[in-house]
Amino acid sequence: MTQAIINAVLLVAGIGLVASLLISVASTFMSVKVNEKEVAVRDCLPGANCGACGYSGCDAYAKAVAEDSSVPANLCRPGGASVAKAVADVMGVEVLESKPMAAFVHCHGDCFNNAQKEIYYGLESCAAAKMLYGGKGACTAGCLGCGDCAKACQYDAICMENGIAHVDTRKCTACGMCVKACPNKLISIIPLAEKSVVTCSNHEKGAVVRKECKNGCIGCMKCQKNCPAEAIKVVDNLAVVDYDKCIGCGTCVKGCPVGCLELIKI
Amino acid sequence: MVKTLLVILLSSVLVNNYVLNKFLGICPFLGVSKKVDQATGMGLAVIFVMLVSTAATWPIQTYLLDPNGLGYLQTIVFILVIASLVQFVEIVLKKYIPSLYRSLGVYLPLITTNCAVLGVTINNIKDEYSFLESMVSSLGCGLGFLLAMVIFAGVRSKVEDALPPKSFSGIPITLISASIVSVAFYGFGGVIEKLFA
Repeated sequence: MTQAIINAVLLVAGIGLVASLLISVASTFMSVKVNEKEVAVRDCLPGANCGACGYSGCDAYAKAVAEDSSVPANLCRPGGASVAKAVADVMGVEVLESKPMAAFVHCHGDCFNNAQKEIYYGLESCAAAKMLYGGKGACTAGCLGCGDCAKACQYDAICMENGIAHVDTRKCTACGMCVKACPNKLISIIPLAEKSVVTCSNHEKGAVVRKECKNGCIGCMKCQKNCPAEAIKVVDNLAVVDYDKCIGCGTCVKGCPVGCLELIKI
Repeated sequence: MVKTLLVILLSSVLVNNYVLNKFLGICPFLGVSKKVDQATGMGLAVIFVMLVSTAATWPIQTYLLDPNGLGYLQTIVFILVIASLVQFVEIVLKKYIPSLYRSLGVYLPLITTNCAVLGVTINNIKDEYSFLESMVSSLGCGLGFLLAMVIFAGVRSKVEDALPPKSFSGIPITLISASIVSVAFYGFGGVIEKLFA
């Protein structure tokens, strides 16, 4: 009886010993050196894995920063200035300026402006709605209103109001997940400063746009002519703002006959 | 011989599916089945671990435990062996095959104490399989796990688009759809034996 107990204990202890020896030998001889800075940089990052930095996730960006000194420390958009400073401190490099950015939906064709051409009873998904005659609105370039961007947002910064998406710039971290989610490519990441923005993405001619949406850009060139800084150009019947040149004077906003220009307030 | 192995393989993939019939390994089945690519990675890692652990535990049972009359220690010894083996494999993969480590590595610690892996090794002994039969049976069980994971990941992505009633959304509708997939797999019962009769 005693022998049976001793045998059992010895066997399990023996197997445990062999296994632990195997693992400890393996971890000594086959250990992979991890860059200490990489771990430190990774700890500074928010861990959203959004890919706004251009790398496949926070781990990949930390690796790139730690190993390649030419990779700037301020690429993390959700982290903003504080993370840029923390990463720069870890790497011992100069803190680069990190401009605040936010997502913006270039469409104000809400249920009052954009004429409705059909009643949609399908999947609550913009991608699906777009496949059915380009969505329920008369303008097929505008916001589809099913909230694919709001579902993609990890920070709860997008809400749907009157059938179009609105970004809460206080919550937005400019990670760019919504930019990828929008099937009509209406969202772009813009600098969060007093600048003019175009609230329309329709490239059709003025007369066509007029019938579809009260807010649509008709390509009248008035903003281009009036802008003192030459920051607006009308390309393919749609005004485009160069944010580097825009001084935020608001001349174009006052002059726009359809009201498809807006001055961002902070 | 080949026929026996084929019957073992097919029946462990379809009829005695570990997830959908024996309800082992439910935790990763529900946890990692949100996306098809993740489910595939997890399934492949499970196949790998099942094969390696069977290769290690079958000799231990046959040549170490049974001759000494210590068969009752099976569970505790198998857990010990599988857990340390998976850790060892993780270290080796990290060193020598980093690309495979990146695709399978994150799932390996999850599988360390997975009951499906333990279940396969213990059932192989219980069914009195030879070493070759045990290996084929583990391969089949792993393939069955992969199949169940991938099918369920597909089902789940459809369910998420379908907007179930609020009280059902999330885990409840996932469990209900899992049970429907499981019932569907019962249709394979009896098919394999007839196939080779």
